[in-house]
Amino acid sequence: MDSKPTDIDKTYLVDYSLHLADSSLIMGHRLSEWTGHGPMLEQDIAISNIALDLIGQARNFYQYAADIMNSENTEKSVTEDDLAYLRDSFEFKNFLIAELPNGDWAQTIGKIFFFSAWQFYFYQKLVYSSNRQLSAIAEKSLKEVTYHVKWSSDWIIRLGDGTIESRERMMAAIEYLWSYTGEMFVPAEFELNDENKVTIDVSIIKKDWLGKVNLVLAGATLSLPKEAWMHSGGKKGIHTEHLGYILAEMQYMQRAYPGLEW
Amino acid sequence: MNTTSQHITSSQAAKKTKKKLWEILTTVTDPEIPVLSIIDLGIVQEVYVENENVEVTITPTYSGCPAMDFIEINIRKTLLENGFDKIQITHQLSPAWTTDWMTEEGKEKLKSYGIAPPISKAFDLDYLSNLSVHCPHCNSINTKLISQFGSTACKALYQCEDCREPFDYFKCH
Repeated sequence: MDSKPTDIDKTYLVDYSLHLADSSLIMGHRLSEWTGHGPMLEQDIAISNIALDLIGQARNFYQYAADIMNSENTEKSVTEDDLAYLRDSFEFKNFLIAELPNGDWAQTIGKIFFFSAWQFYFYQKLVYSSNRQLSAIAEKSLKEVTYHVKWSSDWIIRLGDGTIESRERMMAAIEYLWSYTGEMFVPAEFELNDENKVTIDVSIIKKDWLGKVNLVLAGATLSLPKEAWMHSGGKKGIHTEHLGYILAEMQYMQRAYPGLEW
Repeated sequence: MNTTSQHITSSQAAKKTKKKLWEILTTVTDPEIPVLSIIDLGIVQEVYVENENVEVTITPTYSGCPAMDFIEINIRKTLLENGFDKIQITHQLSPAWTTDWMTEEGKEKLKSYGIAPPISKAFDLDYLSNLSVHCPHCNSINTKLISQFGSTACKALYQCEDCREPFDYFKCH
């Protein structure tokens, strides 16, 4: 590993990597709930593929976080699995939008679209991070996310500009999800005070993200919800009630049978 | 003088071993697309030899590609079978793997296997919407996209409007 994390407080760097890992993991895990239940075979496969990409990205960030933690503490070594399976909900730093239930197909599409459009602009910036490992993960992930944005945009348009029912469902989904998009552009403590350009100022990608959202919604003959009060807390470990249920299911095996492999 | 000539001989031996290793690695195939070797796919970045130690640097195709762990096991197994037992496999994320690294031979193999090979071009968003994929069966250009995501993360599903056959397209990446 040639990216020596001496240029930013290591705790912040671990938190930053965990935040990115957690958002991808929880989003990916949620989407994997569709596997075997998709509305048609091709879309079932598509959503499972997206879930897989996200879990792969999460692994890269967890591995990096574990590497930094292990370089500090030589007594006990931490693995990517420990970070995914043995932390509690208040330690998870994912965006709230990731943990929200899938709801109907429209709500799932809305979640993927808002999140992957954010990832798309975020990774474009993170590629230029002074931290070589974060930059490498961003470069890798960006290619995958590009497909996710394209796929979910097509579905927003198809549902919004579709039947009366699909339109209503798409509108309801956007209305519901909108108040969870605000925190994606508010920096957390571990992203501030970074003079070495390791982290990305998320407030600056809001403009591009909004532009993309407006464009796709216009294509779907829908419009942006009005300014609303925004939920926040995900990055600080303050979550909705939904996260606990995901973790209970996802972590059950490792909690009940520590170290189990299959 | 003596040490210099010894050094030359050992570096020549290392060169020879390196060449042999690259040849051995062409027998390691992708578990999902068994006609392609990991060399055809452009997964292997570099092979280092130092005395008895061998290091193979690989670049994952997709972050979550489930075949990667399997490929790593196969590399280790194949090298062990060929008498190398000090093996280190290193993952390298940057520069990110691209289908541009796939060999021409690999693309030909894909096509005869019934998978349309990636159209060689740098990756960008516009590219996703303006794509003309040749049917690997009848070579027709009259094809349509069924799904952006196919049976594995690296493929999309297409159908030929002429011969009516559905087929996989290896996505540009």
